[in-house]
Amino acid sequence: MTRLIVSRILQAVPTLWVIATLTFFMTRYAPGGPFDAERAIPEEIKVKLERHFGLDQPLLDQYILYLQNLLRGDLGPSFKYPEWEVSELIATAFPVSLTLGVLSLLVALLIGIPAGMIAALRRNSWMDYLPMSLSMAGICLPTFVLGPLLIFALSTKLGVFPPLGWYGPSDWVLPSLTLGLFYAAYIARLTRAGMLETLQQDYVRTARAKGASSWRILSRHAARGGLLPVLTFMGPAFAGLISGSFVIESIFFIPGLGKFFVTAAFNRDYTMVLGTVLFYATLIIILNLLVDLLQAWLDPKSRKEK
Amino acid sequence: MVYGMLLTPNHQRTDHMGQLTIKNLEVSFHSREGTIHAVDGIDLCINPGEVVGLVGESGSGKSVTCNSILQLLPSPPAQFGKGKIEWSGKDLLQQTDDRMKSIRGKEISMIFQDPMSCLNPYLPVLDQVAEPLLIHGMCSPAEAKSKAMQMLVKVGVDRVTENPDSYPHEFSGGMRQRAMIAMALITEPSLLLADEPTTALDVTVQAKVLNILRELCSNLAVSVLFVSHDLGLVAELADRVVVMYRGKVVEQNETSAIFQNPQHPYVKALIACRPTLENTQDRLPTVEDFINPQPENQGESPVETEFSNSLKSGKVLTEAKSLVVEFTTNKGAVRAVDEVNLRINQGKTHGLVGESGSGKTTLGRALLNLVRKQSGEVLFHGNPISSYDDKKMMSFRKSMQIIFQDPYASLNPRLTIEQTLIEPMVVHQIGSSKKERRARVVALLEEVGLGSEHLVRYPHEFSGGQRQRICVARALTTEPEFIVCDECVSAMDVSVQAQVLNLLKALQVSRGLTYLFISHDLGVVKFMSDEISVMQKGQLIESGPANDIYNSPQTKYTQKLIQSIPTANRSKLFSF
Repeated sequence: MTRLIVSRILQAVPTLWVIATLTFFMTRYAPGGPFDAERAIPEEIKVKLERHFGLDQPLLDQYILYLQNLLRGDLGPSFKYPEWEVSELIATAFPVSLTLGVLSLLVALLIGIPAGMIAALRRNSWMDYLPMSLSMAGICLPTFVLGPLLIFALSTKLGVFPPLGWYGPSDWVLPSLTLGLFYAAYIARLTRAGMLETLQQDYVRTARAKGASSWRILSRHAARGGLLPVLTFMGPAFAGLISGSFVIESIFFIPGLGKFFVTAAFNRDYTMVLGTVLFYATLIIILNLLVDLLQAWLDPKSRKEK
Repeated sequence: MVYGMLLTPNHQRTDHMGQLTIKNLEVSFHSREGTIHAVDGIDLCINPGEVVGLVGESGSGKSVTCNSILQLLPSPPAQFGKGKIEWSGKDLLQQTDDRMKSIRGKEISMIFQDPMSCLNPYLPVLDQVAEPLLIHGMCSPAEAKSKAMQMLVKVGVDRVTENPDSYPHEFSGGMRQRAMIAMALITEPSLLLADEPTTALDVTVQAKVLNILRELCSNLAVSVLFVSHDLGLVAELADRVVVMYRGKVVEQNETSAIFQNPQHPYVKALIACRPTLENTQDRLPTVEDFINPQPENQGESPVETEFSNSLKSGKVLTEAKSLVVEFTTNKGAVRAVDEVNLRINQGKTHGLVGESGSGKTTLGRALLNLVRKQSGEVLFHGNPISSYDDKKMMSFRKSMQIIFQDPYASLNPRLTIEQTLIEPMVVHQIGSSKKERRARVVALLEEVGLGSEHLVRYPHEFSGGQRQRICVARALTTEPEFIVCDECVSAMDVSVQAQVLNLLKALQVSRGLTYLFISHDLGVVKFMSDEISVMQKGQLIESGPANDIYNSPQTKYTQKLIQSIPTANRSKLFSF
């Protein structure tokens, strides 16, 4: 187990380096720069600014300098918000996105897994068709449609939850539902497919031959194998959830991480783009490792091999 | 007084206690393609303490019958018509779901065919063996575990005492099947349903597992329904044998009576078409011969030609010289083939026997240069094949072919038979036009007993036996000299097996083919082979003319292999 963790961390170093390098050169070669605006700033100021951020240096020197700073954990200052460090911006926005992400994941799991299990157990009945049609709708319906719909129903009409903002727990409900329902729909389908396959396994028949009840068969014999595909999906999904969503943040006015991904690219805020991309990549790597560890824990066969 | 006692419900029940009576059972499967009557009005009775064998080929309805008793068939598609399954006087088909759950695993237990897939891979074996006790609330969890431990030790799965947390994948097939037996018998049921419990096991392992099953069942006075396709195996265990054919019971009788005096032509055929060690015929009888007797055997009777005779010169065709093949696993290098020397004479069949994992398949593939060898040499016509350049290797490939075990997996499901058979000719540039190739394909199909009407069909439209004929035809497309038959009849029913074996023999005579015939079934190997080699743990431990190997086996391992073969002779199996 420890060997797995160590080797995966060692593998992460070159992966992150490749991502950093690609992102660095791609943003630099993209047309435009951080100080190009619709209303052009005077040439002398631009030159001064570029000198201040070291953009007048040869590209390779900038790259090497960036990597050196990166090794010290320094992501550099944001070009757009010069009074902030990139790491500071991420650090303030991440807790918001983490809260929203975790809540959405809970919504997704608590709705998706039971729905998928019921659909698998009552295959080809209305208890299968209903959740599966709903989940298809949930996958098709974009969050920018579902979000306003939920605001209209639960806030404007019923007045249960506030329509926007991020001040207290009551503000958390609508965005978590909007974001979570999409993932719930997806997880319901994965659960159903995984459970259907497991329920056809010979060892489930063995369990029935022992006289086990439906609940026992489900919880003790079928759930583990049936939920493995869901687990595999959850690593990247969770990383996506907690790194923020631009759409959700725009609809509900949430000060999350998602907007940085989009605005940084628009603004050619080089350090910010690199910072968010590396942050997201690190999240993915860590969560995939967690998923693998969980998988190993669930599946005795892979436990042994690793 | 006596009169009154007879009338009490209690006494009436004891009359039928532990007795299973199947009356006119009908099971059918409905699907869009139509209705299949899998079981078509059968009657069967198992008395307390009795061991009844249920024999039949795949599709005969024996497994459906067995699964019907515990209501384990998915329904729909399964539907039960008239008929009853009476257990201790009550019709199981009429019981509630809850009542069935209390019978399953407690009064009636079941063992399944494949111990690899029938144990839950995510739970420790010990927990699974203890589970029936817990489900039926027969004792506390701690007690159940210690009982399960005792039971596992009793069936010979001693390893759980060292590590109670062992999972199924840490055990061999034989050990898993022992654990299945322990699991089924831990509640001391009255009836055990055993559905092909040893079919997936090696012959020596099978003998051990059967011994355990037999001993435990007679100690616990459990009655057994033993389902198998293997009549010889059933004869070892059963007091009475019931033979099913196409959903009907065609014959049932005491075991010895069935063997000595079979009545139904199908039963006669089943007994006759299985190659045995004593068998010295050139051709196996098939079910067709018995059910539609014809005055003379047509078609497949071997015709010796001058050509084939000229090849039987005793020349060595293929030779392995201290051949070594290793595989690297995460535990290090494993020698699958260990310093093997082997000579295969032209126009002869060389049989290769051994248990699974002994390296038979790897040796066969190494002779065809399909796996990389570590050291040693393979000679073909006296030339070392490692010296071949690409062009020569191509013509070498052309003259050797392989027929695989599973005709379901080894044919591409998306190609028609014509496409499948023409492909090797295109690769090896045999025949110049499409028309010419097609004509050759038709001729080949006719040679293996199929016809031109089959050209446009896809593999799934054929039965297992027909598919294997197609695989044989495919191997013949390149006019090879040498064919490796790798367990090519192991997945087949005995009657189909007989047809394919007859075909292979006939082709050998008419085309002068040389075979390496790999099988774990010694009866089959004996029937096919002129010479035989025995493999164990990658090494060739014995080699010689077929009759010598059987009549005077030199190594202990070969003796054990021969003794493990189930035959109608009951004393044999349990003598070691």
